[in-house]
Amino acid sequence: MLHLVLFLIFGVVCVAGAVNLLVQSHPINSALSLVVVMGSLAGEYLLLGAEFVAAIQVIVYAGAIMVLFVFVIMLLNAGAEERTRGSRIAVLFGIPGLLVGSILLAWVLVARSGSQAVPVGALPGPPREIAMLLFHDFLLPFEVTSVLVLIAIMGAVVLAARPEAIEHTKKEG
Amino acid sequence: MLSIETYIIVSVIKTVIALFVLLTAVAYCVWLERKVVGHIQNRWGPTRVGPFGLLQPLADGMKFLFKEDLTPPHVYKPLYIAAPMLAVVFALTSIAVIPIGNWVTIGGVHTPLQITDVNIGLLVILGVTSLGVYGVALAGWSSNSKYSLLGGLRASAQMVSYEVSLGLSLIGVLIMAGSFSLREIVDAQGGTFWGFIPRWNLFHGQIVAFFIYLMAAYAETNRVPFDLPEAETELVAGYHTEYSAMKFAMFFMAEYANMITVACLASVLFLGGWKGLPFGPAWLQDLPVFWFVLKVFVFLFIYIWVRGTLPRFRYDQLMAFGWKFLLPLAIANLVITALIVAVRA
Repeated sequence: MLHLVLFLIFGVVCVAGAVNLLVQSHPINSALSLVVVMGSLAGEYLLLGAEFVAAIQVIVYAGAIMVLFVFVIMLLNAGAEERTRGSRIAVLFGIPGLLVGSILLAWVLVARSGSQAVPVGALPGPPREIAMLLFHDFLLPFEVTSVLVLIAIMGAVVLAARPEAIEHTKKEG
Repeated sequence: MLSIETYIIVSVIKTVIALFVLLTAVAYCVWLERKVVGHIQNRWGPTRVGPFGLLQPLADGMKFLFKEDLTPPHVYKPLYIAAPMLAVVFALTSIAVIPIGNWVTIGGVHTPLQITDVNIGLLVILGVTSLGVYGVALAGWSSNSKYSLLGGLRASAQMVSYEVSLGLSLIGVLIMAGSFSLREIVDAQGGTFWGFIPRWNLFHGQIVAFFIYLMAAYAETNRVPFDLPEAETELVAGYHTEYSAMKFAMFFMAEYANMITVACLASVLFLGGWKGLPFGPAWLQDLPVFWFVLKVFVFLFIYIWVRGTLPRFRYDQLMAFGWKFLLPLAIANLVITALIVAVRA
């Protein structure tokens, strides 16, 4: 019972944060709404018994990535966005598309997987089990992903470095 | 196991006591700092209010409450008001998972001296402290003044940078204990070497990690020598320039509560938590909270001592120190610890 109540509270906060993210015209309010979404998702993970994933969700998404978002917004000193009526194509095709998509999703969830919820603790929660999965069962995909991330970081450095700065270091080195 | 009603009552009582003790400790930490720094600088520090100035925190609190609460007209109000609240809430939350003593039985209720023992205790603290950046960053931005903005930017950049080294310095301890639970980490530090050196992580190969933690923690809490976010000579007061009265006091409380949390974490992870020295009379060994408080006090005293001794870093020195010295050192320490543990296992 308590479980259901908490699930609903976190769910409502999460959806409200997501809607607020779109409605707000100031970028920093949108970014903070996203923090709320991340935090309430962490609450939902905790309710599913995935305490490690919940903690990582808070540390990585709410604590690190969103701080960098806020940091960039502060640095750019981005003001409130102007509100437009939106494009006509989006209204014509977007709303029916959204309706069809959500009905389809609901049908798949209810008809295909049944209304049976996943029992608490059925998925790996404790750090030890997750470590076994990451570093034992799926070691190769995990390492491949980390190489991919490394390449992305190096690419970002190359793209961000201005050519004259590279020339400068070449002369000095 | 306790029934659910007793469990809730016990938890509420523990929370209230912990918050009361923490807030009192915050107030007297300020007194201690003024007194110690005063003596370092050949002054007396507070002496007028009460014996040894002991009632000074009370007088300060009254003053903060009765000051006019100014809100400058150019601020972005919702975040300007929310920022100090965020700072103080996140600063006070992390005390919930810190164990200050072993299990005790009071009135037939068997309970640990800790608000709650979760199996990811350390991650909870890291998560809560990483959220604490928002208070500082938003205060700087919403004040809409250049000094505040610069202070807020510096603080968030500094806290994000040093959090990496801080986290890596803790992983060595985690490898040795094999658990995220702070209680199990303390339990893993029982026993002695040759009968007289306690088997604390500090003496158990993690001395480098301890000093990395010490330095990263100073930067995380924005204390001297890393107090660039509020460097008075260049930024007036940094991110809280535009705040007055109780809102300013909330930032002040958050800073000192963070110091105490960091000190508690240091004593749990590196100094054996509530475990006493392995010699001395037996009654002294069994004092439950005494050793924990003593270790936290020593750590706080070093904090203040450093503040009274060292000058402030330059900003580029701070970043270079964090990324080019502390981080490689933390990674090297982690790899060596992991190798030793793997070879022994």
